[in-house]
Amino acid sequence: MAVKRMIEAIREALDEEMARDPRVIVLGEDVGVKGGVFVATRGLIEKYGPDRVIDTPLSESGIVGVAIGAAMNGLRPVAEIQFADFIHPAMDQIINEAARIRYRSNGAWGCPVVVRAPYGAGIRGGLYHSQSVESFFAHVPGLKVVIPSTPADAKGLLKSAIRDEDPVIFLEPKRGYRAIQGEVPDGDWVVPIGPARIAREGDRLTAVAYGMMLHLALQAAEQVAGEGIEVEVIDLRTLAPLDRSTILASVRKTGRLLVVHEDNRTLGMGAEVAALVAEEALYDLDAPVRRVTMPDLPATPFAAVLEDAVLPDTQRIAQAMRDLARE
Amino acid sequence: MVIDVVMPQLGESVTEGQIVRWLKQPNQPVARFEPLVEVLTDKVTVEVPSPVEGRLLSIEVPEGETVPVGTVIARLEAAGATAPATPEPRPAGTVQSTGPGPAGLDAEGATGGGGAEARYSPAVRRLAREHGVDLARVRGTGHGGRVTREDVLAYVAARQRQATAPPSAPPEPPSTPQRPPAVSPGRTPEPAGAVPASPVRQVIARRMVESWTTIPHAWTMVEADVTALAALREQVRETFVRREGFELTYLPFAVKAVVETLQEHPELNASWQDGRIVYHRSVHVGVAVGLEDALLVPVIREAERLSLVGLARALHDLVRRARERRLGADETAGGTFTVNNTGALGSVLSAPIINPPQAAILTTEAVQRRLVVLKDDQLAIRSIMALCLSFDHRVADGVQALRFLNGVKRRLEAFGPGMPLA
Repeated sequence: MAVKRMIEAIREALDEEMARDPRVIVLGEDVGVKGGVFVATRGLIEKYGPDRVIDTPLSESGIVGVAIGAAMNGLRPVAEIQFADFIHPAMDQIINEAARIRYRSNGAWGCPVVVRAPYGAGIRGGLYHSQSVESFFAHVPGLKVVIPSTPADAKGLLKSAIRDEDPVIFLEPKRGYRAIQGEVPDGDWVVPIGPARIAREGDRLTAVAYGMMLHLALQAAEQVAGEGIEVEVIDLRTLAPLDRSTILASVRKTGRLLVVHEDNRTLGMGAEVAALVAEEALYDLDAPVRRVTMPDLPATPFAAVLEDAVLPDTQRIAQAMRDLARE
Repeated sequence: MVIDVVMPQLGESVTEGQIVRWLKQPNQPVARFEPLVEVLTDKVTVEVPSPVEGRLLSIEVPEGETVPVGTVIARLEAAGATAPATPEPRPAGTVQSTGPGPAGLDAEGATGGGGAEARYSPAVRRLAREHGVDLARVRGTGHGGRVTREDVLAYVAARQRQATAPPSAPPEPPSTPQRPPAVSPGRTPEPAGAVPASPVRQVIARRMVESWTTIPHAWTMVEADVTALAALREQVRETFVRREGFELTYLPFAVKAVVETLQEHPELNASWQDGRIVYHRSVHVGVAVGLEDALLVPVIREAERLSLVGLARALHDLVRRARERRLGADETAGGTFTVNNTGALGSVLSAPIINPPQAAILTTEAVQRRLVVLKDDQLAIRSIMALCLSFDHRVADGVQALRFLNGVKRRLEAFGPGMPLA
């Protein structure tokens, strides 16, 4: 088992799946000769050739449309969108086509497409390189939405996504591509889509997070643990389908829930998790559900001070934990 | 419509506030956003505006009293509302008592989580139902005295213990400190007059007594040779004033040295909390500012992120606003270490009192020109500054204290002419 960066774990998953199954292809802008804008696909074109590692024109709708067509004809495409901010032209293909093929064929056909996209703020990416798009897709039945927060999960979940018979939106926290390092099991390491992970055990309150925010939530939990507040931190890993039982079991134990995400507040994942707990665990709640999120902004600001001001950070999360514990 | 005005939370870490002065009296009209009352939190006085236009019905908390955030302090009648002719009079600052609980379970003055209008969380109500608990008898430890899930479980556990344990002796009353003997009659000094201490003085008094009586203070001192630093200050004095608009003092250098040393040896960037030592990640430096009638300690948060010039600017800004009484309630809270530039008052040696819950406080004393013996037995005139440290002997011993103090000294002595000021 070696320590790897998240981006390396993603590359390893693509490489292993392409070696294992000749039906797996990769397509997207600059994924071939350049090796991808974040070098996730570096070296693949040399290994598998331009028929399986396809440089496409700048056309997100085309990339995903071609991937869907290829999937319907027996291939298993992994489409890369350079930044989640650019995924919107492909919305029609993803929502109206990929997500519905299973339903409209009465279960007969699958659509084994993976759409990979780096998402999230905190890298001074400004308006067009910082968006969180998970809620758009988690809202659509027929799509699976996966966000890893560790290199091991990135590898294991991406392999599961490629093997899945239905479409998977695989969002990667780009701020963690190089920042997050961790041990990655060698060989055919697969993490099932669906189950959340208890990243830290505690009994005072439950904090639900995913992606980069998971790491900030863990840091905050470490901070308040020094003050006697033991926080249970849950890494969602899969946003759709949501692992309801892990969330509910934790809240039943702690009686308090905090959700952290860098997506906008309104109708973000926090709203769904809060509603779930209100419906299923009201009589275990000892305090209102709290959320630490980005405010409802049209876009992430470019100015560093403004980005820092709106993006949840460890201090804000720790303070929310303290407040909720004392509520 | 009658509206309750509650003690606002004026800062993130503020939990209570003191009523300084009511600016309106019952039955007086108030405009929306018109100042209603002056509130003191953490030595900063803030005017609380009226949330609505209307009439002040009653004052629930008298001047001088301190109540937790969220406590009802006054009741207003909103304009256009038909209010009861005379509001139900209630003695100020109390809630309806709900009867004492079983002995040993109910603290004196417990309000059963807020009396008749108490709100209980779903979890609390479910537990009360399952265990047959009368919630009015449970003492709340949550926000504003709310009964939490843990309170109910503790109550149930205590009730079980009581049911099974033999009756025990009542707990020892806490020992009261000996009062100083009164001055013997016939020798009473003639007072020159007495005034009630101002609210700020009372806060200072309470804090100092708390610190002095709960923290075992140890004290130590080293001298730093700041001759080179003095030369550096002289060298950049004019350009600095021209560029920044204020004088460059020794204080930013001292704070910079303190912050860097605390990063290297974090033992004193800590707090003693119930038998555990909590180490703080960031250095939030409090800087004591003496005013005519009070001592304020504004805090530079995350001081490790600031350059020397950044610290100088932050210090200049905080000191100026402290003198103008324009500090926010949050700006005097959350310090992890305090620096006091007693040298500005001409002091050459002092034994400061720790600012709880911090573990230490450092004073920088007046720079003195002294004749000193150098390493090679030469005599020289040098600029010497004493650095005095009071520290919490529970948190650290002399080893850590002097390691820290010598680190500050080493850094101060390393400043010299020709250094770029970043």
